[in-house]
Amino acid sequence: MSALLQVSRLGKRFGGFVALEAIDLEVEEGERLGLIGPNGSGKSTLVNCICGTLHNETGSVQFAGDGLDGLTAHQRTRLGLARSFQLPRPFGSLTLAENLRIPILYSVNARVGRHLAGAAIEARCLELLDQVGLADKAQRLPRDLTQIEMRKLELARAMAAEPKLLIADEAMAGLSHAEVDEIIALLIRLNGQGVTVIMIEHIMRAVMEFSQRLAVLVAGRKIADGDPKVVVRDPEVVRAYLGE
Amino acid sequence: MAYLAAKGADKQAAVAGLGNVAFILVLCVAAAAIFGATRWIGNSYAFFAAYVVVQYIVLGTAWNILGGYTGYVNFGITAFFAIGAYSSVVLYKLTPWLPLPVMIAVGGAAAALVGLGTGYLTLRLRGVFFSIATLALAVVVQTLITNWDFVGGARGAYVLRPKLAPLIGGEYIQYLYLVMLGLCVVVLATARAIERSALGYGFAAIRDDEAAAEAAGVPTLRLKLIATTLSGAFMGMAGAPLPYYVAYLDPASGFSLNYAVNAIAMPLIGGTANWVGPIVGAVVVGGLQQYVSVTISSAVNVLITGLLLVLFVILAPQGIVGVAQKWLRRRR
Repeated sequence: MSALLQVSRLGKRFGGFVALEAIDLEVEEGERLGLIGPNGSGKSTLVNCICGTLHNETGSVQFAGDGLDGLTAHQRTRLGLARSFQLPRPFGSLTLAENLRIPILYSVNARVGRHLAGAAIEARCLELLDQVGLADKAQRLPRDLTQIEMRKLELARAMAAEPKLLIADEAMAGLSHAEVDEIIALLIRLNGQGVTVIMIEHIMRAVMEFSQRLAVLVAGRKIADGDPKVVVRDPEVVRAYLGE
Repeated sequence: MAYLAAKGADKQAAVAGLGNVAFILVLCVAAAAIFGATRWIGNSYAFFAAYVVVQYIVLGTAWNILGGYTGYVNFGITAFFAIGAYSSVVLYKLTPWLPLPVMIAVGGAAAALVGLGTGYLTLRLRGVFFSIATLALAVVVQTLITNWDFVGGARGAYVLRPKLAPLIGGEYIQYLYLVMLGLCVVVLATARAIERSALGYGFAAIRDDEAAAEAAGVPTLRLKLIATTLSGAFMGMAGAPLPYYVAYLDPASGFSLNYAVNAIAMPLIGGTANWVGPIVGAVVVGGLQQYVSVTISSAVNVLITGLLLVLFVILAPQGIVGVAQKWLRRRR
């Protein structure tokens, strides 16, 4: 069986700085993958290359059998690849419901055989907000939200595009213990609905609880990939995190 | 869940209010009433003054499609406006028998093409860099026109206004005014339809956060090109009747800074969030300018725009409509 996402020999430089070098990564359909690495190791750059925000100079990305090279970010989203941003980037002048309306109008409705209109869109927005516990704030603006609610909105907006693969880029940074549990439960529930999830995170407790498999990036290279319990004991990973 | 959905649907229906066709009918009735009222005053100056105000509604709304909805501030208004005006000069010289609405369509098409081209070349620039590029466009177009002898170059061109208005009779200015009112209906109906469509939501997403919009599936480049093209087309249309209005057009008047300042100031003062703002801004500021030109002096009217603009940007950046909405919400 071929993987849902297949990154092969991917490389990206910024001027003379090599941000990513020959990254290989496969994600099977329905899998929960954790991606960790110290600050500046290239995690977000990898996400940006996969999602089309940045363009990789070498290597290729395959998604659900399609080559993604040369496609813009919005084309990739339409193919079923959604992401949340590390710092929430809501549409500030739109209500929460309208925030979710954008991916429905532009991603879901752009697919063949799917077309939501009028009341159906509104109902779908409320359903999604209900899933993340924000239904009662549907008509509020993002500036009225707390930090965790902002993260939930970010995830709900990614989900509104009805993706096959969701990349959650540090969805939990800065949240309290209980709030982290809430987001993990949310991501596991989404995975249960058939969405493949890549979680990028610094909070090890969350990573270990969530991931079925763990990949580690250090200085633009993948140094480990496998069973989370084995990977965290890998001497090279320990060295990267704790030093000699 | 079903309850929530039903509630949402109710709200949607209430907000949607009038359909697009009904709205156009309402606009047409309003335009007819306004035309009737102006005719009832029975003074040709009333037509000249009202024409300017309506022209600014069109120009302000056109600017707002790109500046207010999509968040790209265009300083090159005079380029598009003058392209419309000078395309009419060209048509007047080549085919003077063409009816005015056709000239407007041609002027709009020419400005739309320039809008598309400008968008394609400049939309990789964001924020203030885009604005600077549009400013440069205005300079380039003015230089080209100034050096184009066929349309009079720096000397300017005379356009003889017909004595009588076709169809409706009376002075020709009545016809110009009526045509501008018709154009205003078209532009306002388009602006309002955009606000309520997927296009309007896409524009708003681009204005708020372009990267997030792209990640949500919005084809940002294509939408921005639609915005520059539409906005440019409407500015060109607003300018097309100008040669007949002024009867003598030279680059200094066609590219007058007044047009650019007013087209930006009026939506900002009225409110950029929706189609009502540019109307309110044009009527308030344009009306005041006309009043002041008659009572005090025509030079003071630019000063008034400047002062009002500074006041609003500092005290009420949401504009008159935004302040009114806030006030209504608080009363409820």
